[in-house]
Amino acid sequence: MRLEPRAHVPLWLNLAAPLTAIALAFLLCGLLIAWAGAPVLAAYGALVKGALGSVFALSETLTRAAPLIFTGLAAAVAFRAKLWNIGGEGQLYAGALAATYVGTGLVTLPPLLMVPFLFLVGALAGGLLLLLPVILKLKLKVDEVVTTLLLNFVVLLFANYLLFGPWKDPLAMGWPQAAPIIDEGVLSPLIPRTRLHSGLLWAVFFAVAAWAFIRYSKWGFEIRAVGNNPEAARFAGIPMGATVLRTALLSGGLAGMAGVCELAGLKGYLTLDISPGFGYTGIAVAMLAGLHPLGVIAAAIFVAAIYNGADAMSRAMSISNYLADVLTATALLLVLASVLFVRYRPRLR
Amino acid sequence: MAQAQASAAAATGAEPVLRLSGITKRFGALVANDAISLGLGRGEILALLGENGAGKTTLMSILFGHYLADEGEIAVFGGALPPGSPKAAIAAGVGMVHQHFTLGENLTVLDNIVLGTEPLWRLKQNRAAALRHVEDLAARFGLQVESRRLVRDLSVGERQRVEILKALYRGARVLILDEPTAVLTPQEVESFFATLKTMAAEGLSIIFISHKLNEVMAIADRVAVLRQGRLVADFPIAEASREGLAEAMVGRAVALPERSRLEPGAPLLRMEGVGLRGAEGKVSLENLDITLCEKEIFGIAGVSGNGQAALAALISGLDAPTAGRFEILGDAIAEASPGAMLKRGVGRVPEDRHATGVVGDFTVEENLVLEAYGGDRFSRFGFVKGVALRRNAEEKIAAFDIRGADATTATRSLSGGNMQKVILARVLDQKPRIILANQPTRGLDVGAAAAVQALLFQARAEGAGIVLISEDLEELLQMSDRIAVLYHGRLSAPVPVEEADLRTLGLMMAGHGTAEHSDEGRHAS
Repeated sequence: MRLEPRAHVPLWLNLAAPLTAIALAFLLCGLLIAWAGAPVLAAYGALVKGALGSVFALSETLTRAAPLIFTGLAAAVAFRAKLWNIGGEGQLYAGALAATYVGTGLVTLPPLLMVPFLFLVGALAGGLLLLLPVILKLKLKVDEVVTTLLLNFVVLLFANYLLFGPWKDPLAMGWPQAAPIIDEGVLSPLIPRTRLHSGLLWAVFFAVAAWAFIRYSKWGFEIRAVGNNPEAARFAGIPMGATVLRTALLSGGLAGMAGVCELAGLKGYLTLDISPGFGYTGIAVAMLAGLHPLGVIAAAIFVAAIYNGADAMSRAMSISNYLADVLTATALLLVLASVLFVRYRPRLR
Repeated sequence: MAQAQASAAAATGAEPVLRLSGITKRFGALVANDAISLGLGRGEILALLGENGAGKTTLMSILFGHYLADEGEIAVFGGALPPGSPKAAIAAGVGMVHQHFTLGENLTVLDNIVLGTEPLWRLKQNRAAALRHVEDLAARFGLQVESRRLVRDLSVGERQRVEILKALYRGARVLILDEPTAVLTPQEVESFFATLKTMAAEGLSIIFISHKLNEVMAIADRVAVLRQGRLVADFPIAEASREGLAEAMVGRAVALPERSRLEPGAPLLRMEGVGLRGAEGKVSLENLDITLCEKEIFGIAGVSGNGQAALAALISGLDAPTAGRFEILGDAIAEASPGAMLKRGVGRVPEDRHATGVVGDFTVEENLVLEAYGGDRFSRFGFVKGVALRRNAEEKIAAFDIRGADATTATRSLSGGNMQKVILARVLDQKPRIILANQPTRGLDVGAAAAVQALLFQARAEGAGIVLISEDLEELLQMSDRIAVLYHGRLSAPVPVEEADLRTLGLMMAGHGTAEHSDEGRHAS
């Protein structure tokens, strides 16, 4: 087989390629399910039912999708500018920490202002956290992949210290958790008797805003230019440093808001398991979405559905829910591979 | 056409060694090669002429097995060549020398030649025999290189000889040379042509891909012209003329722009003793003196890698001088800032269109405002004005005759010439007073190059001063008012074009300038 470049890429192919890849991922993982000794179709049935089969299942999937949209956007925006922010997890915790600091009694505003205020504070904390590795990158050419990744552990350990020490809620019966967010700051529930909260709406709003910003704003123009061809961007006089710093604030800010979303929407108080790796999964979400902010919404819901459904499948079929990780990873790999076939036409010789 | 071929074969007294019949290749809707039939005689030098995108490279890639033809057959020495296999092509005696060399810099000449012909575990075993064979070939075809030297120490001309030896060592009797003279100085070209004649006299058949008309006239026995995938001309060189070939390539008469006499105005750019310390491994600039005036084209000649990149970086604002005084419109330049250069009225046409000139994934309308998106014309309240971008793009596409694209086409998919027009449209839109044109027509076909030159002449007539960096001496002699030669980071004193000639410039490019300069040059190296 050989590959020849395509002169034009039809729209249907752009949409069909990732969907085919995902179907193929299900097919491949079917082999694993069969290997584990479960009926494949019934297992996938349980997965779909567990992810989307009822109002409750759907609400759980969407609840999980909300923070993934935020972290997915964080990765997508940064990667667009070729800024390899792997620190979404740390920025998420930074956002949650900052929101806890101001939201547990330090500041009291009416609900209409308190929620945006918490998001703003969380975004600032996440953004400022990413600023540090980015300044090191700009001034000293320190590789941001390493610094952002390692900062995750620094932030997590700092949260550990706070929750076991000064911030420990005396009313929590010894559990390492902070005092709850005041009522004015809690995100309102969307559907009664489910955990779904208005964080999802905030996430979708920011996805649309991020898309419009990247697509239509002057700064978005600069981010895209720098990401696509840094040399040409520099040559054309686009301010490189400023653009990277803005991208960092935006990306870190979005990840920080994921922390606020989980804190003020789901738990109500800060714990150490507020994120089961949303920051890392956000990278997969962004790649699945082809770094498109609107695609991030769909990709986040897809990934959330897989994880949520895999839990149900694992209960029903007694197979490991690690399959969710395998399934997402396979889908991601195949989607990335499918990009090759969108750009090139395979030819059998 | 068949007649012409027959007459060509008769003229050279050669039996056909290679025959392409009815080669057709489609890429989607594009027909890259349309039923091309071509023959090559023994000891014949065939020049394959054509603009970019005419299908030369596709045709040769099919011959060498990189691509599969949709239709048609290839016969070498009477036997059919299995399609799609470079191995089979090599075995049949077809050798290809690419424009960009594929040599291991840290290996000796001999190692480079032998590599791939012997299993790696006994690479050294037949060394004496291999050495003898290489030296035989070198002597027979006039390709002198020392087999024991490391490739990294060789000049470009020597490297090219190694590439040819590589092909000959593999038993090539048909040689395909892809734009072989692009990297050579005029003197090197002369000796290279002598080598080609020797090789042809020894019975090698040569296909010479080029777009330089006078080279083709000088070296070829026969010329074949491709245009838009079709073979439009195929005749002995004796029947060809420059004008006729240019017309065959482009499909219409090409008016080559000519320099008009203009009185230079006030000085715009001044360099006095300017130096730039190069990064490790890069050439440094030393003691440059340039004065550029209004309505003047200042030509910089030189073999690439002698400091052109550093000089271009200075004028582009990517670098600031580390010594001397550099003034633009009377202001001294101390800091590197491309944006500030733009504001001072310096328009820049970069050397590498793809890498530096445009953002490939951006649309044409976005690339057209890459240097101006921030101003009031194209943005408001922090948002880019889509309507203004579109209108600007439509105007520019019409005014600059940018083809094969509308406002929303990805710039990556444009041909070199049209991409260059996008860049020129963007640069000239700023009404620059100083223009840096770095290799503005490199890789462009005759028509596009003429259009680019005409645009530069027009800017000059409107008062701009232009620094023209080019490796193409003919272009420099045709366009410049004054020419200076850059060699090892030093610039010769400029001479008026009327006093310059190809031979002297060529010698200076090779480092044999005025006594003073060549000495300093050797020192610097």
